[in-house]
Amino acid sequence: MIRVEFLGPIGKKPLEVEAGTLKEVSDLLKQDEALAGWLQKCAVAVNDAMVGDLDTPLKTGDKVTILPPVCGG
Amino acid sequence: MELYEGPLDAKEIFGRWLDEQAASNYGAYIPFVGTIRAEDGIEALSFDIYEPILKAWFDDWQERAAQRGAIVKMAHAIGDVPVHTSSYISAVFSPKRRVALELIDAFVEDFKANAPIWKYDVIDGQRIYAADRSTPMDGAGLLG
Repeated sequence: MIRVEFLGPIGKKPLEVEAGTLKEVSDLLKQDEALAGWLQKCAVAVNDAMVGDLDTPLKTGDKVTILPPVCGG
Repeated sequence: MELYEGPLDAKEIFGRWLDEQAASNYGAYIPFVGTIRAEDGIEALSFDIYEPILKAWFDDWQERAAQRGAIVKMAHAIGDVPVHTSSYISAVFSPKRRVALELIDAFVEDFKANAPIWKYDVIDGQRIYAADRSTPMDGAGLLG
């Protein structure tokens, strides 16, 4: 299972999903109406490293983190 | 990198950083302090931080600074920070002023764009995400 965590203001509890790539996670999350409007604005990390490729492979125990728009300071 | 619950003690932090580097032979020390302004009826701002990625972001900046013979420092608040108090402090030490002036600009701007920190207005005790002032991080939209 892959754990998907949603940070900051998204306000959604973590999910456990089956997926072999980030693309498969994307396909699953797009079906979630609570995430409508968020995904296009969010960056993504796998195991706390920022990623930029939907083909990123995933294995059991990996953590996918969804990071909404930021404003520090 | 230092994280604190609630507002920062700017004088203590700046003074301590200065003392720590007193004998390091840096010719320039440029501090930056972010203070919560009273506007739009807010009583405070509030912050969430995701520490693992913030630390990685900051470690990368330390390496970039080191390549120019400089060091960067930062402190940030977690949770509520009342108006007229400090939520964010950073600083650069470098051998000469030009590197420090350039780095403080680039470091603070990249902080605003890519540090994993989320800001909320606090109005009548309610926490409201500052969506209109927030910026998608580099690479955002991958899953959209």
